[in-house]
Amino acid sequence: MSTSTDEARLEEQFEAVIARHERIEPRDWMPEGYRRTLVRQVAQHAHSEIIGMQPEGAWLTRAPSLRRKAVLLAKVQDEAGHGLYLYSACETLGVSRAELTRMLIDGRQKYSSIFNYPTLSYADVGTIGWLVDGAAICNQVPLCRTSYGPYGRAMIRVCKEESFHQRQGYELLMTMMSGTDEQRAMVQESVDRFWWPALMMFGPPDDASPNTARSLAWGIKRNTNDELRQKFVDMTVPQAERLGVTLPDPDLRWNEERGAHDFGQPDWDELTRVISGAGPCNAERIAHRRRAHEDGAWVREAASAFARATKEPGRDRAQVEQAPGSSLRDPDGRVETR
Amino acid sequence: MTTTPNDTSPRAEWPLYEVFVRGKRGLNHVHVGSLHAADDTMALHHARDVYTRRNEGVSIWVVRADAITASSPDEKDPLFAPSGDKVYRHPTFYDVPADVPHM
Repeated sequence: MSTSTDEARLEEQFEAVIARHERIEPRDWMPEGYRRTLVRQVAQHAHSEIIGMQPEGAWLTRAPSLRRKAVLLAKVQDEAGHGLYLYSACETLGVSRAELTRMLIDGRQKYSSIFNYPTLSYADVGTIGWLVDGAAICNQVPLCRTSYGPYGRAMIRVCKEESFHQRQGYELLMTMMSGTDEQRAMVQESVDRFWWPALMMFGPPDDASPNTARSLAWGIKRNTNDELRQKFVDMTVPQAERLGVTLPDPDLRWNEERGAHDFGQPDWDELTRVISGAGPCNAERIAHRRRAHEDGAWVREAASAFARATKEPGRDRAQVEQAPGSSLRDPDGRVETR
Repeated sequence: MTTTPNDTSPRAEWPLYEVFVRGKRGLNHVHVGSLHAADDTMALHHARDVYTRRNEGVSIWVVRADAITASSPDEKDPLFAPSGDKVYRHPTFYDVPADVPHM
């Protein structure tokens, strides 16, 4: 009985922190549903970054110039970094990295539907930067204020870097648009393929998104799927005009009354199919991730073996930080770390 | 703090390290996140790649997460209580006439 009283008191404290728009930190008590929702969302987010390396990575060896190659390498490396920030945030919720990797390659956890579409032309590299990373920014900026501290902090780092991703994509497309008719046609064809999947990145419409209300109440999400989708469309339309491409939606027009664009609905059945594993590249993406994990096993084992073989207490430490002068050491030799 | 079991078998997950970065000279090292590595040297290299790709730091500390002792959130109130009732430790506790300069 006292346990349930304790629980009620803890829940009250938790709700009070949320109500004050403060952050929940890893060792705070949290409702199991809150933790579960976060694990699902943060893991899915981390997996998306990792799987997201594949569609663009496919063009690394075929980039048209050294400059484009260096940019693309940096971008793909960033995606890996974003995945790692997010895995590290997810682990503070009590799941291990090995479990997370396992759940991704077993298909028990999802990643963003967008990465199940192929990158058929080099213009796709630009379109992904512009539209896909643009949509991701819309999604992620409000998440910097999410109620779970480590997730919000990871999002802040991610958002700082996403801006480079979007700009390099737009610049790439601008360059192609100032090229030949063939290059312009490549850009338009790419935009035609990615526009609807980019809109689907925000998830199903609000009336078909049962978890949204709970996530909003907990401060995990800050906006509904439809709000973010609208924001993305409004942001993107003038960018498309400036670029000189047509967004493939006959219903897209400015609505003076609403002060926003009206636009058509994506094919929600397609989203359901892609999420449930029947998208164009689902099997390929997971098989590639599994192969990379399994092929890397010997490297992980060798590094562990090397770490055991070379373990000399104190030796590594001197390599890590320049050895401070004796005045910084207290009498028992420990280094002052403040 | 998250603890990592001292499992040293080759298949075991690499230990967790917490990463602290000094943004520039004159600032403290600040906690930026965590990562897994087989040993300290690898942790440092990974920390550079993961957390300082854009000149975010001039110095990095990595420390195994299981080497950190942290206060417990359950004891937060009693632990910090001793400073709660000592308002006289703050400058605003003292009444000084408004026309006294430089104070």
